[in-house]
Amino acid sequence: MSVQTVVRLPEKYRPVVDHELCLRCKKCVRACSYEVLEFKDDRIRPKPGCVACLRCVYECPAQCITVKEMEPQFAHHAVFDPVLRRSIIAQSNSGGVLLSSCGANVEYMDIFSHLLLDAAQVTNPSIDPLREPVETRTYLGRRPGKVTVTDDGRIDLQSSSTPLVVMDMPIMIGHISLGSISYNAQAALFQAASELNIVAGTGEGGLHADFYKHSKNLCAEVASGRFGVTSHYLKEVSSVEIKIGQGAKPGHGGHLPGEKVQELVSQTRMIPLGTDALSPYPHHDIYSIEDLQQLISVLKESTEYQVPVGVKIAAVHNVGAIASGIVRAGADFITVDGLRGGTGSAPRVIRDHAGMPIEIAISAVDQRLQEEGLRDKVTLCASGSIRSAADMIKCIALGADVVGVCTAAMIAMGCTVCQQCHRGMCTWGIATQRQDLVGRLQTPVAAQRVVNLFRAWNEELKEMLGAMGIDSVESLVGNRDRLRYIGPNPRIAEILGVKHSGEGWG
Amino acid sequence: MASKKHNEVVIDVDERNELGHPLDYRELNEKIRGCISSGMEKVILKGVTGQRYIASAMDDPDVKIDIHGTPGNDLGAFLNGGTIEVFGNAQDVTGNTMNDGRIIVHGNSWDITGLAARGGTILIRGNSGYRVGIHMKEFNGSGPRLVIGGSVHDYLGEYMAGGTIAILGIGMEEDVSPVGLSVGTGMHGGRIFVRGAVEEHQLGTAAHVLPLTDEDWEELQSMIEEFEHAFGLKPSRCRDDYVKVGPLDSRPFRGHYDKTNI
Repeated sequence: MSVQTVVRLPEKYRPVVDHELCLRCKKCVRACSYEVLEFKDDRIRPKPGCVACLRCVYECPAQCITVKEMEPQFAHHAVFDPVLRRSIIAQSNSGGVLLSSCGANVEYMDIFSHLLLDAAQVTNPSIDPLREPVETRTYLGRRPGKVTVTDDGRIDLQSSSTPLVVMDMPIMIGHISLGSISYNAQAALFQAASELNIVAGTGEGGLHADFYKHSKNLCAEVASGRFGVTSHYLKEVSSVEIKIGQGAKPGHGGHLPGEKVQELVSQTRMIPLGTDALSPYPHHDIYSIEDLQQLISVLKESTEYQVPVGVKIAAVHNVGAIASGIVRAGADFITVDGLRGGTGSAPRVIRDHAGMPIEIAISAVDQRLQEEGLRDKVTLCASGSIRSAADMIKCIALGADVVGVCTAAMIAMGCTVCQQCHRGMCTWGIATQRQDLVGRLQTPVAAQRVVNLFRAWNEELKEMLGAMGIDSVESLVGNRDRLRYIGPNPRIAEILGVKHSGEGWG
Repeated sequence: MASKKHNEVVIDVDERNELGHPLDYRELNEKIRGCISSGMEKVILKGVTGQRYIASAMDDPDVKIDIHGTPGNDLGAFLNGGTIEVFGNAQDVTGNTMNDGRIIVHGNSWDITGLAARGGTILIRGNSGYRVGIHMKEFNGSGPRLVIGGSVHDYLGEYMAGGTIAILGIGMEEDVSPVGLSVGTGMHGGRIFVRGAVEEHQLGTAAHVLPLTDEDWEELQSMIEEFEHAFGLKPSRCRDDYVKVGPLDSRPFRGHYDKTNI
């Protein structure tokens, strides 16, 4: 005899309709892929299951819907907060590993807001970026280390052995695969990257035939599943990145559920229809730095040294030493992804508890590589919740050459960070493969919004550089003197190599 | 010194430079690519001493590379076409992420042979190592084929999403299994044929011993035929000698996760 073991969780959000204003057009009912709204007895009525994605609010022509956060139904307790209690109840129901998406949803790790930037006053002049050039062009790839000057005084470009990718701003759109997001969403990101002349990551899902036109602005991802990875694809793009780890789920693989592996995804990933696309946790040909060196070398050999090859790792405790090994293994660039980084699906326990904030990680890597005389050789890319131009600027001052941005680009396209990506029902047409939902995202509109966002960030970067009296973003890289710490824990300042606010030059 | 005969060229890989070094992999691959682009259909490498990445990403379906000596790791990685024949042993990751083409080894190949291959054929006359055929996958109705004449170690066909592996167990005692432990762990597609028994304790999570269907037997026979043709060996042709290992489900970890909105 089966026993009813499932206990219902209290509602988190509820759409509230002003029936006076409601036009009964039922747009909201059609908008909600979670089927929370129904039209009954001449009224729009909510059912449980609202995730606060706000699509109904956006669709409602009468603007008569608001989404209300429900009061926690639990008695107050300082230790067992409602989230913990909900988790325990859910797991007692299912016995499953709790999944979530987007980045870590824990408050304790934001160090960016404890850092303040410097500005020029009296002893060094600031620069007005509207009147004077401030350079934000950035290069991705291995630095030659030295240049040779020929007898007639010219610089010998042969001294650089690998090509560099030129980007007009120090921003990369991170790796988001087709599968985790929709065709329209990926098309928009790639189009934006082309227009901005920056680089966007393809994610581990291969490259759809339609997107080859953007290939010079794309970085191909080679992850443990090797989905869609062929030498033709690798030769076509501007750069290749071996994905070892992801900040949102260090040490974890990928798991694209079978229902998302429809025709389009199957063709692009080159896998059977409807099967789970499992990316193994490790690369099974990489169990050491020496093995990594082999994969880097074989990728360079297979692309005939035409594209830089980088390595992406999640920020973990020994990230400095690992990065040092990666440079020695021949990587042309390294991406360090901090624990607040986004994901289309990750176990909550890893998303919220494993890794290191990007502020500390990028600084540790930068310092370690400097100590070992390796920093000049590679481009360092930092990602993992770069939420604004301010985060970008602080991250660069902590040692990054480039920042990787994903969630902010998603928000530009319509994402409301409701954290349901793993369910594949995204009402905004972004993290879904359902055709009726995908069509909601208009690629040109979304692309333009991403372009606008990053142009604005780049202008803010110039404004801030100008205010600091710096005329090129390269001069800010690792320039910790332009940062001061103002948070609660001076030990963090020490680790970052940043002075405390109030400490100056003599 | 490269010598030419019709559409055939011999490269002496062990020829020393002024520092006393043989050709390194980069120089060697450049030479091979040069030969192919100048119209050579057969490139014979003599004196190969562990050079890695040989013929990686080779495209031309009509080209044949003969390797005498011992090629290093990642032989024929990302191979798109053509034939590589090794008259000796191969090392790790032979046929890494291979798309198409053929790799024939008249000896043993070591770990991770055929990693993530999605097409083409790999034939190994002797034995192979650990993690062989991991994450092979099939696509558009065609998949990779990997035949090992002798035996393999643990983790055969882990994460396999498609394709076919045959372990022929030539020269093995009848009561000794030619495969190690954790066969087909996390397997969600494809099939592994093994001559001899595979005991329950040798199977990994999600892998099962399944009946050999007529279709399976037909495929296995054609793989054996190819193997016989390549090496002149005669593996068992008795259907009862073989078992099949495969998944019961293309989604083995369904139900492992809980998507509740916390």
